[in-house]
Amino acid sequence: MEFRELIAEKVTALKPSGIRKFFDLLETMEDAISLGVGEPDFPTPWHIRDAGVYSLEKGFTKYTPNAGMMSLRKEIAAYMLRRFGLTYDPNGQIIVTVGGSEGIDLSLRMLLEPGDEVIIPTPSFVCYGPLTVMAGGKPVYVETKQEDDFKLTPAQLEAALTEKTKALVLPYPCNPTGGIMGKKDLEALAEVLKGRSIAVISDEIYAELTYGGKHVSPASIPSLYDRTIVVNGFSKAYAMTGWRMGYLCAPRDAIAQMVKIHQFGIMSAPTTSQYAAIEAMRSGDRDIMTMRAEYDRRRRFLVHALREAGLECYEPRGAFYVFPCIRSTGLSSEEFCERFLRSQRVAVIPGSAFGPGGEGFVRMCYAASMEDLAEAMRRLKAFLDELKG
Amino acid sequence: MDTGTELLKLLEKDCRATPDQLAAMLGESVETVRGEIAELEKNNVILGYNAMIDWDRTGEELVTAMIEVRVTPQRGDGFDRIADRIYQFDEVESLYLMSGSYDFAVTITGRTLKEVASFVSARLSTIEGVIGTATHFILKKYKEKGVAFETLPVQEERMKYC
Repeated sequence: MEFRELIAEKVTALKPSGIRKFFDLLETMEDAISLGVGEPDFPTPWHIRDAGVYSLEKGFTKYTPNAGMMSLRKEIAAYMLRRFGLTYDPNGQIIVTVGGSEGIDLSLRMLLEPGDEVIIPTPSFVCYGPLTVMAGGKPVYVETKQEDDFKLTPAQLEAALTEKTKALVLPYPCNPTGGIMGKKDLEALAEVLKGRSIAVISDEIYAELTYGGKHVSPASIPSLYDRTIVVNGFSKAYAMTGWRMGYLCAPRDAIAQMVKIHQFGIMSAPTTSQYAAIEAMRSGDRDIMTMRAEYDRRRRFLVHALREAGLECYEPRGAFYVFPCIRSTGLSSEEFCERFLRSQRVAVIPGSAFGPGGEGFVRMCYAASMEDLAEAMRRLKAFLDELKG
Repeated sequence: MDTGTELLKLLEKDCRATPDQLAAMLGESVETVRGEIAELEKNNVILGYNAMIDWDRTGEELVTAMIEVRVTPQRGDGFDRIADRIYQFDEVESLYLMSGSYDFAVTITGRTLKEVASFVSARLSTIEGVIGTATHFILKKYKEKGVAFETLPVQEERMKYC
């Protein structure tokens, strides 16, 4: 018997990430700079780490309630109200998950019947499509355009809707484009959805990293509240990626069913991480401000440097990526990344990795030190000169 | 926060940032930034540009002490006249007027323990108005001006891309 024969076809059909080869190459290089990883370069603020350590010292190492500790859910409810003006009952409308990723997975598994369609604006984070497939659904990709500020337009949404549409993913602020959706944009989408049974899965993991304005959650549009699952977490806002702490806020019925799936698959999110998360929400607002200000400086620096170097670059309004257009080089985004890495030892990610509409762009993460960013931009100039011959 | 404060914060963190970089980060023109820096220097808001050095990692043997100084304030000048006489010694690295059980906190660095001790007894204690001192030698520096002397180890085995 070959074990391979046993594996479900929908799993073997999942495409492995096309960017792995760059990173194997990167490993072999000295003094390479990676702007490839979408993760804060700051360590978790000390008071938050300390709260985790303290809980371990006290021996708080048991499972928590399936939906997460009540004291944490209360903090999340207070935070949602304080930051986004949203009201959620900690008893029945909130579940603590293992990162935002589990939250997305839970939402899709709770919603989808075989053949149900999920509308996914792209370029966007790579997980929505595969998780939809794993949950038995069918991804329907909608290419957002730079000229629309990478927003999903009402016309695009309208055109993508079918009888089978079950859910709409709203990945804003968007990785990799840096696009965001304002109140008016969301109201226009709400108008299209009116009278239809379609859920909104709003991935707001970068909500705190919005520049020059405040993040607007789709759930704050009255007609969307009852159909929206807000996915959020601690990874990006508090630099807590490795703690694996996320949460969902949603209508009661949705949470009740997702708690069941979570209970069987996960039991409960890590206890140490939940203690740290309580501290983060109680006294971490300042940390967020400090880090956001720092990202904002780097963002401006990078956009400026990219434009100086002659690349067309949309000014990102959220998250921590820039998404310059590299069509002027005549290279595909994969070629660009491979040659940039080989020649100048800087790793960036081809836009094609983020789904339809990503070709012609590359993603650079500016959650890196100013020194690395400045050096990467020097090397980019050298690379572009080299291309011109 | 206005751009002046923002500019100062950036410079306080890294005074080697070039006007070009600062301008890009602040969203200002290079000329504006150059002008602001010149103005801030002229007004003594920016007093200097120093490197942070961990001398313990070099061959240099240096001794740093924090000295608590108690004084009798003088009529008319209060503490300032005595402060003037203390801080003008080159050996004095910092001088603060304090609330609490003593008046001045003086930091000085010398090559040897003896050198520091003799500065205290011969120079500091003899200033008119000084009524007592207590010298504390610094055994190890962990952090100064927001900069830690040890860097955190880098976590190995991280996700390479996402």
